[in-house]
Amino acid sequence: MPSSLVDGNSLLAVDVGAANTRAVLFDVVEGEYRFVASGVAPSTAEAPLKDVSEGARNAIANLETVIGRSLIDGSRNLITPAQANGSGVDALAVTISAGPTIKTAIVGLLKEVSLESARRLTASTYTRVVDTIGLNDLRKPDQQIDSILRLRPDLVVITGGTDGGASRSIQKLLEPIGLASFLLPEEKRPAVLYAGNQKMEEEVKSLVGSLAASLHFTPNVRPSLETEDLDPAEREMAHMVVEIRKRQLKGVDILSSWAGGHMLPTAYATGRMVRFLAKVYGSNKGILSVDIGASAAVISAGFKGSSTLNVYPQYGLGENLAELLNYTTLEDILRWSMFDISTGVLRDYLYQKSLHPSAIAATKEDLAISQAVARQSLFLAMQSARRDFPRNIANIKPTLTPLFEPILAGGSALSDASRPGLGLLLLLDSIQPVGVTTVILDQNNLLPLLGASAEQNNILPVQVMESGAFLSVGTVVSPVVSASFGSSILRARLTYENGTEARVELKYGGLETLPLPSGEVGKLTIQLLRGADIGFGPGRFPREPMNVAGGALGVVLDGRGRPINLPADAARRRELIKKWNWTLAGE
Amino acid sequence: MLAPVHHIVGLTSIVRERLLPVSGTVNVRMGQKVNPADVIAETSWSREHVLLDVAGKLRVHPSIADKLIKCKIGDQLAANAEVATSTGLFSHTVRTPREGRVVAVGGGQVLMEVGLSKVELKAGIPGTIIEVIPNRGAVIQTAGALIQGVWGNGKIDTGQLVNITESPDGVLSTARLDVSLRGSILLAGMVKDAETLQAAGEMSVRGLILSGLYPSLIPVAREMRYPIMVTDGFGPLPMNSAAYKLLSTNAKREITVNAEMYNRYSGARPEVIISLPVSIDPPSASEAQAFAQGLQVRMRRPPAMGMIGTIAALKPGLTTLPSGLRAPAAEIKLENGEMVVAPLVNLEVVG
Repeated sequence: MPSSLVDGNSLLAVDVGAANTRAVLFDVVEGEYRFVASGVAPSTAEAPLKDVSEGARNAIANLETVIGRSLIDGSRNLITPAQANGSGVDALAVTISAGPTIKTAIVGLLKEVSLESARRLTASTYTRVVDTIGLNDLRKPDQQIDSILRLRPDLVVITGGTDGGASRSIQKLLEPIGLASFLLPEEKRPAVLYAGNQKMEEEVKSLVGSLAASLHFTPNVRPSLETEDLDPAEREMAHMVVEIRKRQLKGVDILSSWAGGHMLPTAYATGRMVRFLAKVYGSNKGILSVDIGASAAVISAGFKGSSTLNVYPQYGLGENLAELLNYTTLEDILRWSMFDISTGVLRDYLYQKSLHPSAIAATKEDLAISQAVARQSLFLAMQSARRDFPRNIANIKPTLTPLFEPILAGGSALSDASRPGLGLLLLLDSIQPVGVTTVILDQNNLLPLLGASAEQNNILPVQVMESGAFLSVGTVVSPVVSASFGSSILRARLTYENGTEARVELKYGGLETLPLPSGEVGKLTIQLLRGADIGFGPGRFPREPMNVAGGALGVVLDGRGRPINLPADAARRRELIKKWNWTLAGE
Repeated sequence: MLAPVHHIVGLTSIVRERLLPVSGTVNVRMGQKVNPADVIAETSWSREHVLLDVAGKLRVHPSIADKLIKCKIGDQLAANAEVATSTGLFSHTVRTPREGRVVAVGGGQVLMEVGLSKVELKAGIPGTIIEVIPNRGAVIQTAGALIQGVWGNGKIDTGQLVNITESPDGVLSTARLDVSLRGSILLAGMVKDAETLQAAGEMSVRGLILSGLYPSLIPVAREMRYPIMVTDGFGPLPMNSAAYKLLSTNAKREITVNAEMYNRYSGARPEVIISLPVSIDPPSASEAQAFAQGLQVRMRRPPAMGMIGTIAALKPGLTTLPSGLRAPAAEIKLENGEMVVAPLVNLEVVG
């Protein structure tokens, strides 16, 4: 597959989301790959059209009107490769997050070992664990069979046993899976992923092989008690998810065929990009990507030598919204609202919005509710994801968000925010970053598409990332400090390229900004008060000023402490939130 | 841009597939006329299984146990029936704990399905069978009024429609329920408490058509044995005028409430079907159509959530909404004459 600049192949990337489908064109402009344009259309996985390729065609048609060039032919097929008359593209990559949450049963030996690895593995894609079968399961095999028949999982993930270790116990656990699959109608049988003791492969084939919709093997996720290796299994599961979507959703096979099989779950493609960025650009800090949309909240973090990918369909802002109350309270959501909204109104909102996930906030009050829900969902997702971060990563306090540089933010709730400041405040409230970090908004939701494109063209993602296709919101400084409200915690001086200066004093509980336009670099000097820590130790700042990159909001100083403690008094809290909104979003 | 269509239509052809959850026997033939209570297909199925570990109980190798097992797949066994007996001086016998059918034999084990229950699939609507789906069910066609809802509790029934609410924003309480309503389907506005749902059940109503349901009542509504269909959503919502007009003008007619759970992928929706006599089959309602001036629409989100209006104009390009978001939008003339701007994704065509 050509991947050099000389070939200059154009690449179309399509993301089929739960609410919207995006078509994005990448092409060579002045010798380098660039994001050219995008087209968006409502997704069509659901009734009445029930065919995801229709939404993709509509998104591509909208892209055609922007670029003034045909990409689809008279038979409604993709024109590929690019033609001499300028029509068509050379390649297509597809990502997909649309579709119902994948019901998954996990099977393993010990709760804290193989079942925990199975849980982490399934958390890397759009699954919901509906049943867990392990050694500690007190149910009889026939009860396990009945449970599987009732729950009808789409996917069964089997782990357990170190390589060459336990085999009899695993065999006993496999029997109910095989028997339940045998009893299910062929079209309802689950796909099975085996990622356990590699010596068991033949027995697994004989017990489950002919009864599963498909049987996949990957290296053991737990080759020894002390070692966990999820990467190969995550990769295999990503391909299995696409296969499951082909069974569930019409049109996925068409898109996959257009793309020559280059189709990945959106979250996996995002995770791949984050892993790549951590390898190429990683410092002692991690790289964080957060994405919240209709299908799920996705947290992907890359560190030196390791990465984590966590997908939370239960925190998605679409059809699963009514279930959010299984994980949080109405009061905890409303603490983020600047308007006085009753719990009843919020409860009705959650249920009503789950009926119409693609609907958007048209009024200010609806936007305030939707943003409060997005904040709490992302907050919960981040709290959950932190549990899977490696232990030896850079942080100011182990109980707080680790140090990240940069933070990439995408998904409809963040990228559709009417002003970058609104998206940034949502991010600061929910992720609560610490220290100094650059925040980059993926307005066109390019990150997963670049991850999917990398399979066919490994130069394209690098050049597009460096081309300014992402919106730099700015550099955020978030000190960790213990102080009383209103007391000074930091003095900052920003020196511009032309030698002029801007100064600001940050008080505890407040937010401040120092303007620094995109593309400019400033020198930031900070005096830390009251033992505030931004990652160099309490009260410490490097002797030399720090180079900071500009962005839509310049330098943002977040003095609200970590974790953010919102006032218990509702009226005072709402006033503060209004003030913070005014500072960052001007409203 | 294509708009989803929410069916509230006075006369249309209605084609519905009715299927068993598992394979069974279909009792109808092509062209046959059916009534709502007719059983068009039936089967028996079991939610419980018993796994007999014959090898373990007889303390023999599975391959030996397989030879001792006396039953085969498909055998119907009574409770305490002999499954296998070991040989030797101190022989042991494995017996069935319950009556059931053998579904798998091998590896020294026998798997039985027990507690079989009969499943009857009723036609649900009066009409004509236009397709028989072997072993699963049939497709029925009828003509009449169709009113779709947004939530259903999964039940289905047929009965006479009685309007007990004077306006689209009426509230049903226990005080409005009396024995004269027994066996009826009630057009009933909002319900705010569980007692009312339970009282309706005790009164043996055949169904409730509600405008809005409080989310806290969903678990109770699911438990009710009669169908409950919600037309507009959750919370204190009045019924949209199109549904209210159509339903209230059909009071006293025999109707079917199929309170099927909403499935966004299959397109299944809760609905009321009012079959009407016709000489020529009316056209079917379309499932999607392009947004255009003059179309009747329903507002899915504020402002004016639930209200019916008409598209006065489609706005070019993207419109900045009061929330600050930018999206393709339309000017809507509401029934009360008020004009509002709404994003197209918040609208559904009524028709």
